[in-house]
Formats: sequence, structure tokens, C-alpha cells
Amino acid sequence: MSTESIPAGRPADRLRDGDTPVTHAPSAAARKVGGVAGWIDDRTNGARGINYLLRKVFPHHWSFMLGEIAMYSLIICLLSGALLTIWFVPSAGHTVYDGSYVPLRGTQMSEAYASTLDISFDVKGGLLIRQIHHWAALMFLVGLTVHMFRVFFTGAFRKPRELNWVIGTVLALLAAIEGFAGYSLPDDLLSGTGIRAMEGFVQTAPVIGSYLAYAIFGGPFPGEAIIPRLYAAHVLLIPAILVGLFIAHIVLVAVHKHTQYPGPGRTNDNVVGHRVMPVYAATAGGFFFIVFGVITLISALFTINPIWAYGPYDPSPVTAGSQPDWYMGAYDGALRLLPGWLEFQIGGNTLSLNIALGALVLLPLVYIVLGSYPFVEKWVTGDDREHHLLDRPRNNPTRTGIGMAGIVAYSVFMFAAGNDIMAIKLGMSINDITWVFRIGLFVLPPLAFWVTKRICLSLQRRDRDLALHARESGRIIRGADGSFHERHDDLTDYERWILVQHEPVAPLQLEPEYDENGVARPAARKDRLRAKLSHFYFKDAVNPVTPAELAAAHHDGQQAEAIEAPFDYEGIEGDSDHTPGNGGVGADTNAGRGGIGSASRLRE
Amino acid sequence: MNALAARRRHPAAIAILLMLGLLVTGFAYAAVAPQPAKAETSSAEDVAAGKQLFQANCASCHGVNAEGRATGNGDKIAGPALAGVGAAAVDFQMGTGRMPMRAPAVQAPRGETQFTQEEIDKVGAYIASLAPGPAVPSEEDVDPTKGDPAKGGELFRVNCAMCHNFAGSGGALTRGKYAPSLEGVSGKHIYEAMETGPQSMPVFNDGNIAPEDKRDIIAFLKTIEDAPQQGGHALGSLGPVTEGWFAWFFGLGILVAAAVWLGQKSA
Repeated sequence: MSTESIPAGRPADRLRDGDTPVTHAPSAAARKVGGVAGWIDDRTNGARGINYLLRKVFPHHWSFMLGEIAMYSLIICLLSGALLTIWFVPSAGHTVYDGSYVPLRGTQMSEAYASTLDISFDVKGGLLIRQIHHWAALMFLVGLTVHMFRVFFTGAFRKPRELNWVIGTVLALLAAIEGFAGYSLPDDLLSGTGIRAMEGFVQTAPVIGSYLAYAIFGGPFPGEAIIPRLYAAHVLLIPAILVGLFIAHIVLVAVHKHTQYPGPGRTNDNVVGHRVMPVYAATAGGFFFIVFGVITLISALFTINPIWAYGPYDPSPVTAGSQPDWYMGAYDGALRLLPGWLEFQIGGNTLSLNIALGALVLLPLVYIVLGSYPFVEKWVTGDDREHHLLDRPRNNPTRTGIGMAGIVAYSVFMFAAGNDIMAIKLGMSINDITWVFRIGLFVLPPLAFWVTKRICLSLQRRDRDLALHARESGRIIRGADGSFHERHDDLTDYERWILVQHEPVAPLQLEPEYDENGVARPAARKDRLRAKLSHFYFKDAVNPVTPAELAAAHHDGQQAEAIEAPFDYEGIEGDSDHTPGNGGVGADTNAGRGGIGSASRLRE
Repeated sequence: MNALAARRRHPAAIAILLMLGLLVTGFAYAAVAPQPAKAETSSAEDVAAGKQLFQANCASCHGVNAEGRATGNGDKIAGPALAGVGAAAVDFQMGTGRMPMRAPAVQAPRGETQFTQEEIDKVGAYIASLAPGPAVPSEEDVDPTKGDPAKGGELFRVNCAMCHNFAGSGGALTRGKYAPSLEGVSGKHIYEAMETGPQSMPVFNDGNIAPEDKRDIIAFLKTIEDAPQQGGHALGSLGPVTEGWFAWFFGLGILVAAAVWLGQKSA
């Protein structure tokens, strides 16, 4: 048994330990507020948590607000969605439209479609709410995606944040599914086509496909069950999971503390920024209203999902330009790229790989690859330390290259979904466009990887050059002996710190396959792969200027264009890529860059 | 050192220079680019009879007696035989500027009408005299006020939307062929297109879609064309592709600009 002791005095008093005592008497208003706050605190002990939250420090950078775009769009979706549920009727029951939209009056349709028409034309402000809901959903997915880009390219997913990256990946998947369920609800021609496509995807699952489709639709397509089922998923089930995971995501950010970009005074052990109260609360709160305002403005000026124009769903017609919303476009695009000969007949059964690969395989694959990347990188680098300082994308060229290749591959799939729109708008052949995408799928990602990596390496070399030799001032100085040289403007220590703060890296070295007694190490094969991958990551790393190199450059004469000595490669094993311009000056170039790679991280 | 030179190493300098370069190139090109030639059909002016008009303007591809002509390149034809296509086909093809075709292509694009309605009618009479074919519809046949737009909408979605899109914005077909946008097409030409099936379009004869139903479809198209943009700018009525594009470029662009602006405020 254990007993909990109750501390004497008010709970909040402990927080005031060490505060300078208040000398002047508080005003009457402050006493009143204090009285109410004290009453609440006596009953909830809330001062501790609020104190923690209000004093939390967040670093500031515009790219940290990309996630906020997603967060606020989600909130806008929840608010506008709650309004829509008041009028929307989630039923496939038949009705005849007699509302105010003339081109559909007297047409047979489902109650779901009729109620969406009523929201659009007969509920005051209903169309605006509908368009806010849909535009905010698109912006939620867009914000979430660019937030993911930021986290990926800055390495913010590294320990201790891998779990939060995985939660974010699940959020991204759920958001896409939530969006699909949402735009399928109005039962217009386009959404019905989308549900029909989904049924087709489910049916391509080997063996269980048709049973699964029957289970989802409660019988043959379309049936009457799918709309209530999608409705339950869209307004209850998925939002509950989405909001729960989203809260976990935010709590983990608070627990881990927010990462920060490198800079003077910023270390792995501190967070430099503003406290929540008052600055961060003001910017973040203000940004909410900006996001809400911009989305409302767009919704007021630009049509989204004109369900009245699509007409009611009927399984026989399909309209040209039937595409899903953008976040499902990649899978539609994959179907357009996959060749038809991937459909096989096996013993009277059909195996539709031409559809299954693009839908049932690609969709989970995207999120599995995303979710597992931090663990792959950790295994390759062997880096098990906590990271609270972000990488500048250029300082990890291989990761940045992989990210760009991934984005390009996804984009090829996504753009392929618009091949018909491109064909008609650009006056080109849809067949040729499809072939360009098919070839591009294999050519463009490696090209993007290579180009991105080379750009990163060039930027790193430029950083080195700048750190060593500073800026050319353009001022030519004539010496006493008649010689000319160009003066270089010195960098401040703050400017230089950004250029040299990152850690030197080098590929992992292979341990011998046999130990000194001639006994084979069982892990040798795994290590070989790891060393190979590490080599892939770090073989042409451009490492930051060391103090010794800087001293040598200064000794050489900062004013003059320093002439670089040939690089001494002995210190770095496995580095066969001779990169002129990468070199340091003098003999102790490699001080601080051990041969054993990323395990040695001396900071001088 | 003047103010301009002092800023030459500003990070935005390259972007501004690039923009300037692009603008200068663009304007220079627009100024000196060759204008498309506007051929006046002066030869047609003094030709009265349809046959003469035909032989002057159409025979090079369709043959002197409208019997059609081969190119001599495999089984490719320069122009099909026209006996039996009727005056409706002539009125559609010439009235929408598709014929005479300017250049060989997978499909004749809609263009400026090269002939007056009287001249087109004369050519139509000549073609109709070769063999019976569909006639030009009467004004009552194509009067949108006499049709039912709701029924026309249903017929449109079942028969037309798969190529022409739900709002008649047009859509792509195979190998560069396309279903054109129906915006601004007169009711008469819509009717004739259904009746004669020009280019890649199938024929919807009166057994397929009755004349009244054709009028309903025209009524539907005219209704949605004249309807106000209920939800604001329709972004081309092309479906979710343009919406996604808009969200990425404008939605995200504006919000990122706001984030950068806010970031500078607090720094």
C-alpha cells in the first residue's frame, strides 16, 4: 500500500517558489480574476499544466507553420462538417427533386443527392459552407503533405521523433481515406463513379475480392447500404481516430520539444524561440484566422465539386474528366499507366494485376515506405543519438535526393491521372502523354535524385568555400610591390557558424569477415549490405570546414584568393570521389574526421 | 558605387534578372511573331452555284464530283465521298469553320466560318442533290425554349457526357482526337452534329434520340450555359484536376506567403 501526501497550501503556491514577492497590492480587478482562478485551481490543480503550456518555448520559422496549415484546415473541416450534418440526409432512398435548381427539377435521385442540392441552393449560406468544407479538406491534405516534406528534408524524424513520424504517416493515410469517404457521400455522378472504381479495386483482391466487395456494399453494387456506411465512417469513425492521433501527434511535439534550425546559440539541449504566452499564441492564433480567412475567400470565389452540374448518380453514364481529388490521384494515375496485359486468367479465375498493382498495392506501399524511412536511415547510419537540431537539406544530400526522387515518382503517378485534361488542353495525343509518363516513371526519379544530390553537394562546396575564403568584395588592392589582389570581406562568427555547424560524416567501414582467430562473424553478410548502403549515403560527403582548415586559410591570407593545396585523401578511407574544391589546406585537414565514419563525431 | 550595383549580390537578384529576361523575351516575341495568315475567300465571292463553290473549295480533297479522293498513301483518304451526307453535314462542317480544313490533322478543329450562310446553303443544296441525306433542322426543331432541360440533362449524361464532359467542356479521345467543348455552339449545329456524327462522333439518328429529345439536350446545354456561376468561378468545369491544381498553387501559395510574412513579424 502506498499513501499520497497532500501538500499544504494551494497547489499553485509551489509554482511560485523562488519568485520575487509582489511588493505592490494587486488591483481590485486582478484580485477578482485571481480569486476565480484560485477557485478553479483548488479544484483541478490546473495551474501546473497551464503553467507548463503557457511557458513552453517554440522556435519560429515559416516552415514550422506548414503543419499549422494542416491543423487549422482540419479544425475548419470539423466545424463546417458539423454544420453540414444538420441538413445532409445520408440515404440512398429515391426521391424526385423539386428544389430551385431548374435543370434538375423533376429528376429522380437519391435523398443524399437531393439534400446536397438543397444545401447548395435552398439553405442560406449552405453552398459557402459546403465549399469551405471541401476546399479546407484539399488544403488539409496539401498542408499535411508539405509539412511532411519539411520534416523529411530537415531530418526532423530522427530519434526521438520516429514514432511521431509514424503517427503522422497514419494521419496522412486516414486523411486521404476520410477525404474519399467525404466526396463520395453526395451521390452525384462523379462520386458514384468513384465508388464504382473503389468497388473495382476491392474486387481485384485475389480470392477474397468479390466477397469483400459484397461485404462492403451489403450486396451487389450499388445497393442502398453504401451511403449510410460511408457516412458513419466519414463523420464518426475516421474523424474520431484522426482527432485522437492528431492530439497524440501534438502532445508528442510538446513532450519532445520542437526541433529548431541550427544557428548561433542553438544546441541539441536548448530551444531558442518565443514562449507560448504571449508571442507564439499570438502568431499561431493569428495564423488560424489567416488560414480560415483565405479558405473562406477561396470558397466564396471559386467553385469546388459542382455536384449540381454532375447530375445524380446512375450506374450507366460516366463523364469525361472523371478524376478523384488530388490526394487519390496517384492511384488513378497508376491505373492509367499500367498496361492491360497484366490481367491473367488462371483456371477460370481472373487475376487483375493491371488494377490491383495500382490500387491495392501502391496505396499501402506509399505509406509503408514513408513510415519506415526513419528506421532504414537509422540502420544505415547507425546513429542512435537524439537530434533536436535540424539538418539543412543540403547537408544530407543523399536523403534530400531520395526525398526528391520519391516526390517525383509520386508526382508522375498523380499527373498521369490528369492525362486526358492535359491532352485536351495542350492539344496532344493522350497515348503519347501516357507513354511519356510510363517512361518518366522510371527515368525521372533517378534523374531527380542525381540532380538534387549534385545541387546539394555544390551548395555544400560553396558553403565550404564561403567559410574558408569569405566573400569576394570586388575591390582590387594594389600592393606596395606592385602586385594586385582582391580583398575578401570577412564573415561574422554568426554567419560562419551556420556554414560549419553540421557534423562531418563518412561511410561505415566494413569489419573483417573473419576475426583475428580466423572465425567467421555471423553478421558479416548483413554488415556488408549496411556498409554498402552507408557508402551510398556518404561516399561523396562534403564535410564542414574544421577549425584547423580555417586557421590555415586565414594564415594563407584571407585577403588573397587562397590557392588550395592538393587534397590529402589518406585520412578518409573508401572515398574514391576526388572532389577538387572540397580540399582543405595543410596537413591536418582530416583532423576530426575519423576513418570509422559516422561513429566518430568530433566537434572541434 | 550606385544603389543598383550595391544590390547585385542580393539573393533575389538572380530571380529578378530571370524574370526580367523572361518578360523582355516574351514581349519581344509577341511584337515580332508572325501573325496567322487570314485568307480571304475572294475566289468564292463571285461564284453563285453550289457546285462551282464546291469545285473551287472542296474538290481538291473530296474529288471533282464529291466521290472522295485517296492520298495514294496506303488506304488513307484525302476526303470521303459526300453522296448521302445531306445538307445538315455541310451546314455543320462549313458553318462551324471545320471545312474547308486548313491542314491535314487527326481532326478538323472548329474555326472561323469561311463562307456566308447563303454560300453554305448553296453547297448544301448541291450535296443534297447527289443523294438523299439529313436536312438542316428547322428553327422550331432547335428552339431551346421549347425543350425540357431536366430531361435533356439526363439524356446528355447518358449519351454525351462520357466524351464531352458533364458540363460540355470537352474531353480527350485517343491519339490526339478529342470531343470539343460545346460552349457557344449554336443549337442548330448541336442538332446537326447529333444527326450526322461528324469526325469521331457517333450518329444519333432519330430512332436513337428522337427530334424532341435532341431539342431537350439543346435546352439543357443552353440552360447551363446561361446559368449564373452559382459557386463562383468554375475553374473551367473540368473536375477535380483543376481544383487540386488550384489548391496547390493558389491555396498553398497564399498561405505560405502569409506564414513567411508572420515569421518576419516575430523575428
